Amino acid sequence: MSVTRRHLLALVPLGLAGAAGVAFWRMLDRMKVGKFDPHDIGNPLVGRPVPNFSLPGLGDKPGFDAAALRAAAAKQPLLVNFYASWCIPCAEEADILGSLAAQGVLLWGVAYEEKDTWKKYLEQYGDPYQRLADDRNGRVAIDWGVYGVPETFLIDRAGIVRWHRAGPLTPDAVRDELQPALRAVA
Amino acid sequence: MPLNCLSADRPSKSLFASFSSEKEDSFLLFLFLLLFLATPALAVSDPIEMIPNPKLEARAEVIGSQLRCLVCQNESIEDSQADLARELRKIVRQQVVAGKTNQQVIAWMVARYGNFVRLRPPFMASTFFLYATPVLGLLIGGLAAWWGRRRAIEAPAPAPLTPAEQARLSELTGKL
Repeated sequence: MSVTRRHLLALVPLGLAGAAGVAFWRMLDRMKVGKFDPHDIGNPLVGRPVPNFSLPGLGDKPGFDAAALRAAAAKQPLLVNFYASWCIPCAEEADILGSLAAQGVLLWGVAYEEKDTWKKYLEQYGDPYQRLADDRNGRVAIDWGVYGVPETFLIDRAGIVRWHRAGPLTPDAVRDELQPALRAVA
Repeated sequence: MPLNCLSADRPSKSLFASFSSEKEDSFLLFLFLLLFLATPALAVSDPIEMIPNPKLEARAEVIGSQLRCLVCQNESIEDSQADLARELRKIVRQQVVAGKTNQQVIAWMVARYGNFVRLRPPFMASTFFLYATPVLGLLIGGLAAWWGRRRAIEAPAPAPLTPAEQARLSELTGKL
């Protein structure tokens, strides 16, 4: 084998390593600007109708089932927010939920595996929910593909899930994702 | 020789003191058989969680070990202590008892959590290289080897040594 061909062959693994490095660097860059989230596993419910369920209310608020949800969304697209009083990121997004409700966004809450602290939480962090369902054992959350709280779903007029976020709403997420999604279904 | 020669009433000292070769054999056999008593360490620590029927429980464990705990993401729901994993284990067992097949239970999970829930992802466009790489590697390596061999065979035989080279060779080897 001639020396030049050997040299060329030696460049192959170097080239591969370089390509992998560039790909990794691009991934990190996209993570930094919020375009890529390695923890985002997607939710197969997006683009599909809400699953069937029926939940009692929590406290004085009425609960809801899939039919009530569809009927309300037909008039005005709404957000379904899974949260819990024991969940710290839920408290982090509480202000954002409050301001969304103040802007006239319809918010229905599902309290996930709630504990006795539910009342104190709503007193402390506010209650932006028109309706509040009690998913005590978390089974309805599983049907929605929820794997942690908070998670938020946008339901359009046809009762289809149009947008979903696993994790707390942030000002960036509201501006870059939720507001455009809300405009699209309005 | 029966294995009960190692029964508990015998002091452990005499167990080792009385090591004749045949006893040693059966002791090693005993140790070896002990290995099979070691069950995999699963998070199903609560017997209430388990199905009384061991056959169905074994099936539920096989299914659960193929499902990802979405909270911890690198553990199966059988291995995880997370609340969600416990709830999913319960669902797997309920469905197994209800007569669902392994595929049906896994499909139920995939419908809710997507293919990410499967620790062994299906063969699809995004997993093509995951599964095809060994085959592709073998194919490419085989082709390269075949091509290299063919070139070696087809290459013209080297020219015979010139008289000067023959002389130099004799000088080096000391032979004529």
